[in-house]
Amino acid sequence: MPRPMTITEKILAAHAGADEVEPGQLIECSLDIVLANDVTAPIAIKEFRKIGVKRVWDRERVALVPDHYTPNKDILSAEQAKMVRDFAREQGITHYYEIGCMGVEHALLPEQGVVGPGDVIIGADSHTCTYGALGAFSTGVGSTDAAVGMATGEAWFKVPQSLKFVVNGELGPWVCGKDIILHIIGMIGVDGALYQSMEFTGSTISALGMDDRLTICNMAIEAGGKSGIIAVDDVTREYVRGRAEREWTEYFSDPDAVYARVYEIDASAIEPTVAFPHLPSNTRPAREACDVWVDQVVIGSCTNGRMEDMRIAAEVLRGRKVHERVRLIVIPATQEVFRACMHEGLTDVFLDAGAAVSTPTCGPCLGGHMGILAAGERAVATTNRNFVGRMGDPTSEVYLSSPAVAAATAVAGHIALPDDLSA
Amino acid sequence: MKFTGTAHRYGRDIDTDVIIPARYLNTSDPAELAKHCLEDLDAGFVGKVQAGDILVAEENFGCGSSREHAPISIKAAGVSVVIAKSFARIFYRNSINTGLPIMEAPDAVDGIRDGDKVSVDADTGTITNETTGQVWQAQALPPFVREIVEAGGLIERTKARLVC
Ligand code: SF4
Repeated sequence: MPRPMTITEKILAAHAGADEVEPGQLIECSLDIVLANDVTAPIAIKEFRKIGVKRVWDRERVALVPDHYTPNKDILSAEQAKMVRDFAREQGITHYYEIGCMGVEHALLPEQGVVGPGDVIIGADSHTCTYGALGAFSTGVGSTDAAVGMATGEAWFKVPQSLKFVVNGELGPWVCGKDIILHIIGMIGVDGALYQSMEFTGSTISALGMDDRLTICNMAIEAGGKSGIIAVDDVTREYVRGRAEREWTEYFSDPDAVYARVYEIDASAIEPTVAFPHLPSNTRPAREACDVWVDQVVIGSCTNGRMEDMRIAAEVLRGRKVHERVRLIVIPATQEVFRACMHEGLTDVFLDAGAAVSTPTCGPCLGGHMGILAAGERAVATTNRNFVGRMGDPTSEVYLSSPAVAAATAVAGHIALPDDLSA
Repeated sequence: MKFTGTAHRYGRDIDTDVIIPARYLNTSDPAELAKHCLEDLDAGFVGKVQAGDILVAEENFGCGSSREHAPISIKAAGVSVVIAKSFARIFYRNSINTGLPIMEAPDAVDGIRDGDKVSVDADTGTITNETTGQVWQAQALPPFVREIVEAGGLIERTKARLVC
């Protein structure tokens, strides 16, 4: 009998060809998917060339998503995107997403069934941890790791210790996955899970839909985590069925698996939460932030640009107008979300409210384009980072929140809860 | 590998957005990235850093994005080694994979002030504050990681393995 293992240890062991692994052990694993984007792929491609192999290890297992500065922001970005496009054509990469089918990578790959339960995935993007929501081991790496992954289909890992977050109880009104993860990051800090895997479980997590789960795992990196993970259940199965391109495997933590630490969290005590500048851990209840006036609100990104997020934002915005001093930018994360917004009439709700609705892009999330902040300006965003200068000028400020709080803020002009708005 | 240089000391949670802001990510040219290294944290850094200098910081250095532009810009700016109390994990990986020496040494960080002259022997893990005379022993790199560093980075290691 192998030692009792966590879900993360089991997935890694299976991909290392071992019966068991333990935290701290250095292993080499086979990979299911290697991902890079228009910022990280150019370096990965240059490094790939240096290795001297002609072809990628498997042209169906490399995903290239130009989403950060696309549609091309400027000439330099156009050159970067072109380099990725040329490489994709040369190598016959099947998962290359051109403008017109492109979406924000971490919303796109799960939606398109490219990643699935039991996979080991590396991505040259820190929020690759998102796919843990499907019961996969998925982690962000640099371009060099991606280059070697593209060439060999392998990567080295130090098996992480696991932290368990048991979230039980019912969520209050307007509280969602974003508030849960902001609450956790506020509690343990931006390095509270350094080098570790964050496993989320409990009745609250089981009751969440896939979009909220993806939001939670997306921000594991903001606590320093190597990965976030939620075991497969019926919600997962329903989500991947009909999408998954490959067979999937379900792994579960053994009851006596060892955790570095277990946190018990009472979901009913979690409030709509806002992370103040300049760290995602700098959290406060949204109700204590009503004196923060804003210039811009951004609803989108790999954290909260999915359909459920759009629906919540529209629910708050329906029949209301964006405050005259606020610019509201709504960015559905993928073409499918964009289209569904139109079909469900949400695009009209956003336009009627006075929002700008954009084609999928990372855009302002990383201060790329499509909504950069001037000196001293403030934004509320449903994104995942509020570091100095993240959305523009180094003196600008970003406050992180859920789509509900962001939409209410756009209407009120200052940070607000939906229930604060007059009917 | 031995390095001697002036210490540039910073605080905790130095993130990749201040190491190299995203507005410069439309290029991957090291010389270009070096011009903006740490710009949003200390606009004077690029002007004062000399080749061989040492970056010293507290916990969680390099947190945030996976951009390899961060270690690349630090290295291209002339920094020989980064000493911190701890590193964010992707930055740690990227530094090893791209050959930027890094050392986790909490005690040494506490004993080094901005402007001190510091020497580092990366092979033995010995860190010396030449200004005060204090000496610390940092943890040696695990053998597997040293194998990558000694090969000259992950690309070189992969090359060697794929050829044989
Ligand atoms: S939306 Fe933001 S956090 Fe997500 S991949 Fe794009 S830039 Fe990164």
